[in-house]
Amino acid sequence: MAYNKPLPVPQGESDIYWQKAKQGELWLRNCKACGNAYFYPRDISPCCFSKDTDWIQASGKATLFTYGIVQRAPHPGFVDDVPFVTAVVELEEGPKMPTNIVIEDPTPENLQIGMALEVVFEDITDELALPKFKPA
Amino acid sequence: MTDLRKTVAIVGVDESDEIGKIPDKSNLTHHAEAAYNALDDAGMSMKDVNGLFTAGTSTLNLAEYLGIEPSFTDTTAVGGSSFIIHIAHAMAAINAGYCDVALVTHGEAGRSRRSRPGGDAADPGSQFESPYGFLGAPINYAMAARRYMHQYGEDKTRQAMAEVAVATRKWAQLNPKAYMQDDMTFDDYHDSRWISWPFHLLDCCLVTDAGGAYVITSAERARDAKKKPVWVLGAAESHDHNLISQMPDLTRTVAKNTGPSALERSGVTHDDIDLAMIYDSFTYTVLATLESLGFCGPGEAPDFVANQRTAPGGDFAMNTSGGGLSYTHSGMYGMFLVLEAVRQLRGECGDRQLDDPKLCLINGTGGSLSSTGTTVLAVD
Repeated sequence: MAYNKPLPVPQGESDIYWQKAKQGELWLRNCKACGNAYFYPRDISPCCFSKDTDWIQASGKATLFTYGIVQRAPHPGFVDDVPFVTAVVELEEGPKMPTNIVIEDPTPENLQIGMALEVVFEDITDELALPKFKPA
Repeated sequence: MTDLRKTVAIVGVDESDEIGKIPDKSNLTHHAEAAYNALDDAGMSMKDVNGLFTAGTSTLNLAEYLGIEPSFTDTTAVGGSSFIIHIAHAMAAINAGYCDVALVTHGEAGRSRRSRPGGDAADPGSQFESPYGFLGAPINYAMAARRYMHQYGEDKTRQAMAEVAVATRKWAQLNPKAYMQDDMTFDDYHDSRWISWPFHLLDCCLVTDAGGAYVITSAERARDAKKKPVWVLGAAESHDHNLISQMPDLTRTVAKNTGPSALERSGVTHDDIDLAMIYDSFTYTVLATLESLGFCGPGEAPDFVANQRTAPGGDFAMNTSGGGLSYTHSGMYGMFLVLEAVRQLRGECGDRQLDDPKLCLINGTGGSLSSTGTTVLAVD
């Protein structure tokens, strides 16, 4: 069946993020004024409101900050996925990002807050891949 | 800061004609019926209204329907808390002389005409959260609740969520307008199906069709109203994120700022409050809010609500209408907190009436635990 979940629409501020994801890499915006990486990617940093920013490649390592196990699909595209895991992960570089945890048996017992994770990429269209995380 | 205590009063409140499952009425119909009924409650007419406030639709749309040309217009829309925040904005506008009779309306056919979550595809939420299924409040709030459980204990949190659900249902059974009237036991709570773990169905608010409105006016005009004025003592508002993944602390809302500010501006303390109307989109929202407001410390809400303390007859009166969990919740529930607060302070609540309450604190929460508005209301 065709992929029918909501698709991200890359913007001028985020196109590098999505291009790199398609290549299997996770990149973050970084504020050069204070040296902190941040999420989501935008031209002006939220920490310092500085335009002195660049892109850095993230290690892809993260820990599980919190999650939920969705039992009732919120959209037709997710009907075949339930139960699935929505999560906020804390990247090694500091920022938190929204994602899914790719795991065989999504139960509270198998999902421990603080557990080590690593990024994986799911190809969803010819142009797009979604960064997700699996237990490391 | 200027002392604005008792410079404005709420003088009229009501729901739309029917609430619950009303498939043949639009959002705007609920707005208009509620406006009609609230003006009647105030003993005023639409001709008196010169300040117009709403969220969920534009005041352009609303004023045209109502047939008025307001001298002050405000479509502040920061989620379900908006209608609490409108009290503060009306207070400022009336004191500045921009208007003297303000009408605040809400209408949402949330059950019958639910709109699918969406929005501008370029927005950060559409780009970075929706593709992962972060769609709708139950999913977003569940992740916050899970974090709270991690910090303060899963079993203790679970029990507290059950306490809130069961206590709130008991209040609903005393409110003829409440949608849910059946008994709810603790077993019913624990046995209800999962929506988004850690949320059971009975952790989640209702989805109903409903409207509500209130009329707020100057102290001078309030003296001519049909019923006794319900004074606004003080108010405060804030927000600290939009996306749940960007919330600075999933266990603390900005009620940590708006609660203390509103109390200070009102010149009262937590102990003075006779009734707390706390936005209960989810059972967890109540726990995080009680702590953020300062009724108890971080991690202490489970003890605070234990043993049905917030149920009828308990010593902390909260959500006496039956709340968003059991009375009504159209989508942006904040309006209905105000209706109940005013009715309790006027002594109009029948079987669920508290014994002569003088002070009520209202806290609305909007978005994904994103915004809060806190207000203290009082009667002489």
